[in-house]
Amino acid sequence: MKETLNARRLLCPLPVIRTQDKVKQLQSGDELEVICTDPGVLQDIPAWCRINGHKVLETRSGEQEYIIVLEVC
Amino acid sequence: MNQPRKAIALISGGLDSMLAAKTVMEQGVHVEGINFFTGFCVEGHTHAIREKDKTKPKRNNALWVAEQLGIKLHIVDVIEEYKKVLLNPKHGYGANMNPCLDCKIFMVGKAKQWIAENGFDFIITGEVIGQRPMSQRKSTMPIVAKQSGADDLLLRPLCAKNLQPTLPELEGWVDREKLHDITGRSRKPQMAMAERFGINEYAQPAGGCCFLTDKNYSAKLVDLWQARNSREYELDDIMLLKVGRHIRPKPHFKLIVAREEGEGRFLEGYKREFVSLKCSSHSGPLVLVDGDPSAKDLYLAASITARYGQSRNAETVDMAINFKDGSERTIQVKPLADADFVQDWMI
Repeated sequence: MKETLNARRLLCPLPVIRTQDKVKQLQSGDELEVICTDPGVLQDIPAWCRINGHKVLETRSGEQEYIIVLEVC
Repeated sequence: MNQPRKAIALISGGLDSMLAAKTVMEQGVHVEGINFFTGFCVEGHTHAIREKDKTKPKRNNALWVAEQLGIKLHIVDVIEEYKKVLLNPKHGYGANMNPCLDCKIFMVGKAKQWIAENGFDFIITGEVIGQRPMSQRKSTMPIVAKQSGADDLLLRPLCAKNLQPTLPELEGWVDREKLHDITGRSRKPQMAMAERFGINEYAQPAGGCCFLTDKNYSAKLVDLWQARNSREYELDDIMLLKVGRHIRPKPHFKLIVAREEGEGRFLEGYKREFVSLKCSSHSGPLVLVDGDPSAKDLYLAASITARYGQSRNAETVDMAINFKDGSERTIQVKPLADADFVQDWMI
């Protein structure tokens, strides 16, 4: 299953908190795409994934948006 | 074989909480971190908003500390619950709007609730007697333990030897002799301990991590409450207080003037919630108008806005006014003269 989380306009650490809360509802193997406007997420969400054992599949930077796709492990 | 005891460490992102967690981890206790987001936390927001901060690493220090320690970190949104703490602190405020002692009691209380729900045994904080004038004094240590409900489940590894033994010490879950006896405001013992642990990078020791300890921020918060005749606030309110110049020419409205491009982009996100101004004949900042301005007020707001950016010395400027419904009107204004700008308008 692949889900999308809209974390636009949220500033650090709220995108991490929303990601953390969403991941709790997902199963191992599910993918979550998080769309943010705070560039701090490029550092923070991968760090959160590393310490909690999840896998970052992709990070993309757009015009004013930052997208991180992670796999729940 | 017995399962190791489990402790939750309050991780602020600073050195003390890092050392406290590390001290207990060294004794074979399973430690995880917890960090509470009140909405007033300094790190993160200013990085994201301000262009000039782009040179600084955009990291969340609590996450970084957890990663260095190799522990999980649970970040908890306490924005709503924290309102009670800020609006009615039982122990009062510090030098500004900082309710430090009540804040500590609240956070330890939340940690107590968390360990009960998650099967953990005790709580660790990086508190040091005498480190902070309001919340970390010998007399406040038992107050935090008692009023948070944590009682003897609250272990302060950095100064434990100067306090009564707690349950983890009495039960032998940790060896009291391997805990510490740090007191006072000096950072030298912590720095020496960091060196012993091989920790050579950490966030500014004892640095303020809460906007409520900031004099200017507190003044803006009090101004907001006075203008609204109410001490309520929402997350967007307290975020906007961190951004731009705040100018209140009349009690019923104020201007938020972006100071640079990053702030301008951030304020763009609020254009549907506020009337906004932007000079169309010259380069200039985006300005939000918070309150209920009349047409005459908007003229004054436009003439103040024209003082910023390249229109400052112009004879007249075209100022676009965007309304919340998406409509736009352009007016011609003269930048407000220095003599007519009242310095007390600056919040």
